[in-house]
Amino acid sequence: MRLNGRVHRFSPNDDINTDYIISGRYKFKIDDMNELAKHVMEDISPEFSGQVRSGDIIVAGRNFGCGSSREQAPRALKAAGVSVLIAKSFARIFYRSCFNVGLPLLICDTDWIRDGDVLTVDLDTGELFNQATGQKASARPIPKTMQILLQDGGLIPHLKKHGDFALEQVDDTIVQ
Amino acid sequence: MGKTIAEKVLSAHAGLDSHAGEIVISSVDFCMSQDGTSTMMIRELESLGFRTPKTRNGMAMVIDHNSPCPSVDVAKIHKRMRDFARTNEIPLYDVGEGICHQLVPESGKALPGDLVVGADSHTCTYGALNACSTGLGSADVAAAAFTGKLWFKVPETHSIVVGGMMAHRVGAKDLMLSVIGSMSADGATYKSVEFSGESVESLSMDGRFTMANMAVEMGAKFCPFAFDSKTAGWLSARDLGSGASVASDPDAVFEKTYDFDASDVVPKVSKPHSVDCVVDASSLKGTQIQQAFLGTCTNGRFSDLEAAASILKGRHVSPGVRLIVAPASRAVVAEAIDGGIYAALLKAGATIVAPGCGPCVGTHAGVPGDGENVISTANRNFKGRMGNNKDVGIYLASPETVAASALTGEITDPREVG
Repeated sequence: MRLNGRVHRFSPNDDINTDYIISGRYKFKIDDMNELAKHVMEDISPEFSGQVRSGDIIVAGRNFGCGSSREQAPRALKAAGVSVLIAKSFARIFYRSCFNVGLPLLICDTDWIRDGDVLTVDLDTGELFNQATGQKASARPIPKTMQILLQDGGLIPHLKKHGDFALEQVDDTIVQ
Repeated sequence: MGKTIAEKVLSAHAGLDSHAGEIVISSVDFCMSQDGTSTMMIRELESLGFRTPKTRNGMAMVIDHNSPCPSVDVAKIHKRMRDFARTNEIPLYDVGEGICHQLVPESGKALPGDLVVGADSHTCTYGALNACSTGLGSADVAAAAFTGKLWFKVPETHSIVVGGMMAHRVGAKDLMLSVIGSMSADGATYKSVEFSGESVESLSMDGRFTMANMAVEMGAKFCPFAFDSKTAGWLSARDLGSGASVASDPDAVFEKTYDFDASDVVPKVSKPHSVDCVVDASSLKGTQIQQAFLGTCTNGRFSDLEAAASILKGRHVSPGVRLIVAPASRAVVAEAIDGGIYAALLKAGATIVAPGCGPCVGTHAGVPGDGENVISTANRNFKGRMGNNKDVGIYLASPETVAASALTGEITDPREVG
């Protein structure tokens, strides 16, 4: 699947934690992800939720999604319209949760991508093309386990479809 | 080829001979969620037609993040949890019982050799009991409850050997902050971490809970400690059985080995706004604080309260400092009352709030004001973490350093106050 989207970058670049993605001030108050999306990234970028459009891409440095296990973080990003996250690395719980809720992640060097650039992303091959600069790069292919979850629409849809985990036969090398 | 604790536990629960890097589907012994993560789990379980958990020892839900309830919105969440628990006969720890990461060990649902998952990132805490436990999102925990198993990547293991002994007023929190400061916030991402060495062997169980709790702050998946007489003693004192203890083989393969010298460790503080921004407490002398917080799943246990009381007893916190104490569980409160710790803290000027997460997650019971500094025994100091992102600085430290700083009104090395 190919995606085109406008890039959003943040400060800090590394260690963007799930408290920053969606603050505890809101996660206990709001159960509707579309409402929660109005506060996404608020503590480090108050303007982001007003600017993000469907299909946009978040690009960051190392350890994106560290901290709390709150699944509201990937769910609110998805509800805000974010189509894919690209970072040098992701924290473990966040990594799993994104695929569980059907939000794809790619891992690669990201220093060559600027805020506002428009990227073409091929989720099947991991190929990236920066329309603003003409640069190309390859992200690590999405591991087979995660591709299966993504194709099924997430973890719970996967269980509904197969009645159980249908991952046993996957020959995989995975994640960071 | 020898195996690490993580390789043994995941292999045993998968019925396979597996090593680091492989994907396994392992049976899960127990799973847990709290009031910040339960509603999404409940929604998924209901959509799956859930009846009873298939995990070997069942599941539990804990109301700890907003406890007692601070608002109408949260009351809806709590009601939903109570309704679901009643309908499906799921154990629910309601208001006043304490923090999930204290209650699960106290209830004997995380024993040596167990594989436990929880919808809270600090689920790695039970590693102190020689278990492999880890935090996950709500969907993963729902899947574990529904199927009784989950897929895992068998993690590589980092061995951290801590030689030497820590000095007076220096403890597990200072050691762990030193380790995280050195490893960085992603230094152990996706890894299992095994601590060893004479300093770790001499640590109390409460100290081991503190260290295992914070393993996720360097990205770790598991943090299983070795089983020894202290583990056995902690379990037998509570009549919890002994589990099936697991040790790394002598020829286990560790991806990395680190050496630390505990005798070099001094009281440490993690500065705003990142847990790995660690400095010596003495270097922050003069940094004024308006609030001090003693509690959380990191440092809300009896020995933490006792350590703080040993500094505060017979003294009074500095004018202008609010000292808030949130014990980790009802059992901790009872023990603190029996041991005279509760009274010592109260008389020193502490405000003791209900057992639970308290102000750590910024929902109630101590939201700081604009521009204020807080010294806290918690595990996270992210901007806005305590509910206010307006120039609030959260400094993480040991119970001793928090107590000493509450006394003086500024960040203070506890060795300076006797």
